[in-house]
Amino acid sequence: MKKLIASLLLGLGMALAGVSAVAQTAEAPAAVEAPAEAVAAPAAEAAPAADEPKVDSGDTAWMMTSTLLVILMTIPGLALFYGGLTRSKNMLSVLLQVFIIFSLISILWSIYGYSLAFAGEGKFFGDLSKMFLKGVTPDTFGALSTIPEYVFIAFQGTFAAITVALIVGSFAERIKFAAVLVFAVLWFTFSYVPMAHIVWGGGLLGADGALDFAGGTVVHINAGIAGLVGAYVLGKRIGYGKESMAPHSLTLTMVGASLLWVGWFGFNAGSAGAANGGAGLAFINTVLATAAATLSWIAVEGMTKGKASMLGAASGAVGGLVAITPAAGFVGPMGSIVLGLLAGAVCVWGVTGLKRLLNADDSFDVFGVHGVGGILGAILTGVFAAPGLGGTMGDDFAIGAQVWIQLKSVLFTIVWSAVVAFIAYKIADLTVGLRVSEEAEREGLDIASHGEAAYNR
Amino acid sequence: MKMVSAIIKPFKLDEVREALSGMGVQGITVTEVKGFGRQKGHTELYRGAEYVVDFLPKVKIEAAVDDALVDRVIEAIEGAARTGKIGDGKIFVSPLEQVVRIRTGETGKEAL
Repeated sequence: MKKLIASLLLGLGMALAGVSAVAQTAEAPAAVEAPAEAVAAPAAEAAPAADEPKVDSGDTAWMMTSTLLVILMTIPGLALFYGGLTRSKNMLSVLLQVFIIFSLISILWSIYGYSLAFAGEGKFFGDLSKMFLKGVTPDTFGALSTIPEYVFIAFQGTFAAITVALIVGSFAERIKFAAVLVFAVLWFTFSYVPMAHIVWGGGLLGADGALDFAGGTVVHINAGIAGLVGAYVLGKRIGYGKESMAPHSLTLTMVGASLLWVGWFGFNAGSAGAANGGAGLAFINTVLATAAATLSWIAVEGMTKGKASMLGAASGAVGGLVAITPAAGFVGPMGSIVLGLLAGAVCVWGVTGLKRLLNADDSFDVFGVHGVGGILGAILTGVFAAPGLGGTMGDDFAIGAQVWIQLKSVLFTIVWSAVVAFIAYKIADLTVGLRVSEEAEREGLDIASHGEAAYNR
Repeated sequence: MKMVSAIIKPFKLDEVREALSGMGVQGITVTEVKGFGRQKGHTELYRGAEYVVDFLPKVKIEAAVDDALVDRVIEAIEGAARTGKIGDGKIFVSPLEQVVRIRTGETGKEAL
């Protein structure tokens, strides 16, 4: 089985290797030294006059703000979104896992993550030339030519942190804290970092022409798949399907989802890499697709179950945010509404029909929302980027060909993330063990793993 | 002396309290409880997961009253807590052997 996956991966890699390039708008100038021409249209817009790097105060202010917004998405946004979905006995464990992952990955990112992702020109990894941020000064530039490299590193670091934190939702309420740490380090190193390099740092897919504005593949599909694998490897929570596992506070989930929505403007509009028109387009698309997905989730829910729910609205919003992520700077506002409407409806299926089909206890539907929404968004980016549908691509844009490129990048991400995640979980299992004892799981991880309770009275 | 305890719908609590204090009942104890009776529970749906909630939230009130007052207390609770719909609750009456007011040491009817 592992052999099969490995050879599949190899084949896929080789198939993708030849084709040429349009990287994510934001980081497209990463390739400045090498295939600058191939980077083409969207890059030119993102980085005006890429020749002479010079700090632009407007761009720098916006990118620092965006960095803060992505931190807001993670802590507290994502933590509360997931936290509200837990049973009250596991509230702190989930908050802590998100909080700690954010801290851990931020450090690892500066030590070797940034270097492996954005320095050097390998197909899958960069190199260690900027390990410990060697050579970076207030006067150096990263992939973006108008903001200081330090800001770029911090901005990219927040993406790494939230991606790993997203996975928490799938194995929540039963995993050992130590296993979270071991898994986070391994998966970050061997899945997030190479994927960031492959797509944004001038690696394999960056040279393939796949459109991924803000991280549909690198962040959402990547995390969604790792989550699904985790749900399988860890097994179901005790009592799953028999006992009530109703969310303990949808109020907090709503607060979290709203913080995610607000923070996502840093994520998407920040991925333009500058304070410009492209950022404006990504901004409005992040409003519209999200609103559309919220409405369509509620509509589907209302028609099938008879009632619209707050959890449905919050989930729809997150599904829409995920789906617009790869498309944000490439599609027009009306295209983003259609994309959002589709995403809301498809993600309802992701957490109901598909979830039953997969038969995995993905606690908070990391795959159903981030995986499914991410895949849908990545593929539809190839459709709605077409100029005839309001997209920003040139007249020679061919939907069929682009969808095929998008599909290949999706498949590549799925296979890469799944293989790395599986091995990482196994290593965590062999070293510290994956699951808490049955007794601890029944008592709740807050008391059993952390010795504190979320709610005292 | 009798102990009258009643399970009522939570939103009827204020009306019942008013009715009882208006007729000379000196104090009641209120507890939030859950239970099931003939009123069906409901289902809750969280994304794909459906949970049947069998136990509904109710309020339990307890009042220790003099024998002479029992019938009127029961009537008052009945009148104040009734909506006519299923799930209005029940009243239980049981004999009460002794009452002590802790502050003064009074016992029996004096302590009510």
